Amino acid sequence: MAEIKVDCRGETCPVPLVETRKALRKAKEGDVVEVIGTHPSSKKEIPMAVKALGLELLNVEETDGVWKIRIKR
Amino acid sequence: MADKATIIVHSGDMDKVSSALIIANGALAMGMEVSLFFTFWGLQRLKKGGLEKGPLSKMNMLGLGKWMVKRKMKKAGVVSLERMMQDFKELGGKILACDMTMEIMGIKQEDLREELISDYCAVGTYLNEARESKITLFI
Repeated sequence: MAEIKVDCRGETCPVPLVETRKALRKAKEGDVVEVIGTHPSSKKEIPMAVKALGLELLNVEETDGVWKIRIKR
Repeated sequence: MADKATIIVHSGDMDKVSSALIIANGALAMGMEVSLFFTFWGLQRLKKGGLEKGPLSKMNMLGLGKWMVKRKMKKAGVVSLERMMQDFKELGGKILACDMTMEIMGIKQEDLREELISDYCAVGTYLNEARESKITLFI
Protein backbone atom coordinates (compact mmCIF):
# COMPACT_ATOMS: atom_id res chain seq x y z
CA MET A 1 0.00 0.00 0.00
CA ALA A 2 1.44 3.28 -1.10
CA GLU A 3 1.06 6.71 0.42
CA ILE A 4 0.57 9.50 -2.09
CA LYS A 5 1.18 13.11 -1.09
CA VAL A 6 -0.47 16.06 -2.77
CA ASP A 7 0.72 19.57 -1.92
CA CYS A 8 -1.86 22.26 -2.73
CA ARG A 9 -0.56 24.98 -0.44
CA GLY A 10 -1.24 28.38 -1.99
CA GLU A 11 -3.64 26.95 -4.58
CA THR A 12 -7.23 28.12 -4.81
CA CYS A 13 -10.58 26.86 -6.15
CA PRO A 14 -10.91 24.39 -7.86
CA VAL A 15 -7.32 23.12 -7.83
CA PRO A 16 -7.20 21.35 -4.41
CA LEU A 17 -10.37 19.42 -5.26
CA VAL A 18 -9.16 18.58 -8.76
CA GLU A 19 -5.67 17.53 -7.62
CA THR A 20 -7.21 15.34 -4.91
CA ARG A 21 -9.38 13.63 -7.53
CA LYS A 22 -6.43 13.13 -9.88
CA ALA A 23 -4.42 11.50 -7.09
CA LEU A 24 -7.35 9.29 -6.08
CA ARG A 25 -7.79 8.15 -9.67
CA LYS A 26 -4.14 7.14 -9.85
CA ALA A 27 -4.15 5.45 -6.44
CA LYS A 28 -4.80 1.75 -6.08
CA GLU A 29 -7.31 0.30 -3.69
CA GLY A 30 -5.93 0.51 -0.16
CA ASP A 31 -3.54 3.37 -0.96
CA VAL A 32 -3.67 6.48 1.21
CA VAL A 33 -3.79 9.94 -0.35
CA GLU A 34 -2.65 12.80 1.87
CA VAL A 35 -3.52 16.32 0.72
CA ILE A 36 -2.16 19.46 2.34
CA GLY A 37 -3.41 22.91 1.49
CA THR A 38 -4.39 26.37 2.63
CA HIS A 39 -7.61 27.15 0.67
CA PRO A 40 -10.26 27.34 3.44
CA SER A 41 -13.31 26.02 1.54
CA SER A 42 -11.41 23.01 0.23
CA LYS A 43 -10.96 21.79 3.80
CA LYS A 44 -14.74 21.34 3.94
CA GLU A 45 -15.28 20.36 0.33
CA ILE A 46 -12.65 17.65 -0.12
CA PRO A 47 -14.42 15.59 2.61
CA MET A 48 -17.71 16.16 0.70
CA ALA A 49 -16.09 14.78 -2.46
CA VAL A 50 -14.67 11.82 -0.52
CA LYS A 51 -18.19 11.01 0.70
CA ALA A 52 -19.64 11.40 -2.81
CA LEU A 53 -16.97 9.06 -4.17
CA GLY A 54 -17.75 6.50 -1.46
CA LEU A 55 -14.21 6.50 -0.08
CA GLU A 56 -12.95 6.57 3.48
CA LEU A 57 -11.94 9.83 5.14
CA LEU A 58 -9.18 8.94 7.61
CA ASN A 59 -8.66 12.32 9.24
CA VAL A 60 -8.66 16.09 8.87
CA GLU A 61 -6.41 18.35 10.89
CA GLU A 62 -5.29 21.95 10.73
CA THR A 63 -2.40 23.89 12.21
CA ASP A 64 -1.73 27.57 11.55
CA GLY A 65 -4.00 27.73 8.51
CA VAL A 66 -2.51 24.66 6.82
CA TRP A 67 -4.84 21.70 6.71
CA LYS A 68 -4.05 18.05 6.09
CA ILE A 69 -6.60 15.54 4.88
CA ARG A 70 -5.99 11.80 4.66
CA ILE A 71 -8.13 9.62 2.43
CA LYS A 72 -8.12 5.86 1.87
CA ARG A 73 -8.82 4.69 -1.66
CA MET B 1 -24.18 4.99 -13.17
CA ALA B 2 -22.59 8.20 -11.93
CA ASP B 3 -24.60 11.42 -11.64
CA LYS B 4 -24.15 13.69 -14.59
CA ALA B 5 -23.83 17.44 -15.26
CA THR B 6 -24.36 18.99 -18.69
CA ILE B 7 -23.33 22.59 -19.27
CA ILE B 8 -24.00 24.72 -22.34
CA VAL B 9 -21.14 27.15 -22.88
CA HIS B 10 -22.88 29.80 -24.99
CA SER B 11 -20.82 32.76 -23.84
CA GLY B 12 -17.24 33.25 -24.96
CA ASP B 13 -16.56 35.77 -22.19
CA MET B 14 -13.45 34.94 -20.23
CA ASP B 15 -15.14 35.10 -16.82
CA LYS B 16 -18.07 32.93 -17.92
CA VAL B 17 -15.91 30.27 -19.57
CA SER B 18 -13.91 30.31 -16.35
CA SER B 19 -17.05 29.68 -14.26
CA ALA B 20 -18.11 26.87 -16.60
CA LEU B 21 -14.74 25.13 -16.28
CA ILE B 22 -14.58 25.58 -12.50
CA ILE B 23 -18.03 24.02 -12.07
CA ALA B 24 -17.21 21.28 -14.58
CA ASN B 25 -13.95 20.36 -12.87
CA GLY B 26 -15.57 20.49 -9.44
CA ALA B 27 -18.27 18.10 -10.64
CA LEU B 28 -15.68 15.70 -12.10
CA ALA B 29 -13.70 15.87 -8.86
CA MET B 30 -16.84 14.91 -6.94
CA GLY B 31 -17.29 11.84 -9.10
CA MET B 32 -19.83 13.12 -11.62
CA GLU B 33 -19.74 12.74 -15.39
CA VAL B 34 -19.61 16.06 -17.23
CA SER B 35 -20.38 17.18 -20.79
CA LEU B 36 -19.64 20.71 -21.97
CA PHE B 37 -21.61 21.72 -25.04
CA PHE B 38 -19.85 24.64 -26.77
CA THR B 39 -22.06 26.79 -28.97
CA PHE B 40 -22.14 30.33 -30.45
CA TRP B 41 -19.62 32.63 -28.75
CA GLY B 42 -18.49 29.80 -26.55
CA LEU B 43 -17.40 27.79 -29.57
CA GLN B 44 -14.97 30.57 -30.53
CA ARG B 45 -12.96 29.60 -27.45
CA LEU B 46 -12.27 26.15 -28.94
CA LYS B 47 -10.53 27.67 -31.95
CA LYS B 48 -6.78 27.13 -32.05
CA GLY B 49 -5.25 29.79 -29.78
CA GLY B 50 -8.70 31.08 -28.82
CA LEU B 51 -9.22 29.81 -25.28
CA GLU B 52 -7.90 32.86 -23.43
CA LYS B 53 -9.10 35.39 -26.01
CA GLY B 54 -12.55 36.16 -24.58
CA PRO B 55 -13.35 39.60 -23.16
CA LEU B 56 -14.65 40.23 -19.65
CA SER B 57 -18.48 40.11 -19.58
CA LYS B 58 -18.65 43.43 -17.69
CA MET B 59 -16.26 46.37 -17.48
CA ASN B 60 -13.98 44.98 -20.18
CA MET B 61 -13.05 48.57 -21.14
CA LEU B 62 -11.34 47.56 -24.39
CA GLY B 63 -9.35 44.95 -22.56
CA LEU B 64 -8.15 47.10 -19.67
CA GLY B 65 -10.71 45.59 -17.28
CA LYS B 66 -9.80 42.09 -18.40
CA TRP B 67 -6.12 42.82 -17.89
CA MET B 68 -6.80 44.07 -14.35
CA VAL B 69 -8.98 41.11 -13.43
CA LYS B 70 -6.47 38.64 -14.91
CA ARG B 71 -3.72 40.24 -12.85
CA LYS B 72 -5.79 39.91 -9.68
CA MET B 73 -6.68 36.31 -10.52
CA LYS B 74 -3.02 35.46 -10.99
CA LYS B 75 -2.16 37.08 -7.68
CA ALA B 76 -4.89 35.05 -5.97
CA GLY B 77 -3.43 31.85 -7.45
CA VAL B 78 -6.26 31.17 -9.90
CA VAL B 79 -5.05 28.81 -12.62
CA SER B 80 -5.37 29.58 -16.35
CA LEU B 81 -8.25 28.44 -18.55
CA GLU B 82 -5.76 26.23 -20.39
CA ARG B 83 -4.78 24.48 -17.18
CA MET B 84 -8.44 23.95 -16.28
CA MET B 85 -9.12 22.58 -19.75
CA GLN B 86 -6.25 20.09 -19.39
CA ASP B 87 -7.56 19.04 -15.95
CA PHE B 88 -11.06 18.68 -17.42
CA LYS B 89 -9.81 16.28 -20.09
CA GLU B 90 -7.57 14.39 -17.68
CA LEU B 91 -10.53 13.74 -15.36
CA GLY B 92 -12.55 12.33 -18.25
CA GLY B 93 -14.77 15.31 -19.18
CA LYS B 94 -16.43 15.35 -22.57
CA ILE B 95 -16.52 18.30 -24.99
CA LEU B 96 -19.19 18.63 -27.65
CA ALA B 97 -19.03 21.21 -30.45
CA CYS B 98 -22.18 22.65 -32.03
CA ASP B 99 -22.04 21.96 -35.76
CA MET B 100 -24.69 24.57 -36.60
CA THR B 101 -22.52 27.31 -35.10
CA MET B 102 -19.63 25.98 -37.17
CA GLU B 103 -21.75 26.30 -40.30
CA ILE B 104 -23.08 29.80 -39.51
CA MET B 105 -19.69 31.17 -38.55
CA GLY B 106 -17.74 29.34 -41.22
CA ILE B 107 -15.64 27.37 -38.73
CA LYS B 108 -14.06 24.16 -40.01
CA GLN B 109 -13.04 21.20 -37.88
CA GLU B 110 -9.39 21.95 -38.58
CA ASP B 111 -9.87 25.49 -37.17
CA LEU B 112 -10.77 23.93 -33.83
CA ARG B 113 -8.67 22.09 -31.28
CA GLU B 114 -9.85 18.71 -32.46
CA GLU B 115 -7.86 16.86 -29.80
CA LEU B 116 -10.23 18.29 -27.14
CA ILE B 117 -13.49 17.57 -28.92
CA SER B 118 -15.32 14.27 -28.43
CA ASP B 119 -18.09 14.93 -30.93
CA TYR B 120 -19.62 17.44 -33.36
CA CYS B 121 -23.35 17.54 -32.86
CA ALA B 122 -26.62 19.43 -32.52
CA VAL B 123 -29.50 20.02 -30.13
CA GLY B 124 -30.63 16.38 -30.10
CA THR B 125 -27.35 15.23 -28.59
CA TYR B 126 -27.50 17.98 -25.97
CA LEU B 127 -31.05 17.00 -24.99
CA ASN B 128 -30.18 13.33 -24.89
CA GLU B 129 -27.40 14.13 -22.43
CA ALA B 130 -29.37 16.76 -20.49
CA ARG B 131 -32.42 14.57 -19.90
CA GLU B 132 -30.31 12.13 -17.93
CA SER B 133 -28.37 14.82 -16.07
CA LYS B 134 -28.93 15.89 -12.46
CA ILE B 135 -27.52 19.32 -13.26
CA THR B 136 -27.79 21.33 -16.46
CA LEU B 137 -26.61 24.92 -16.80
CA PHE B 138 -26.64 27.51 -19.56
CA ILE B 139 -23.66 29.83 -19.28
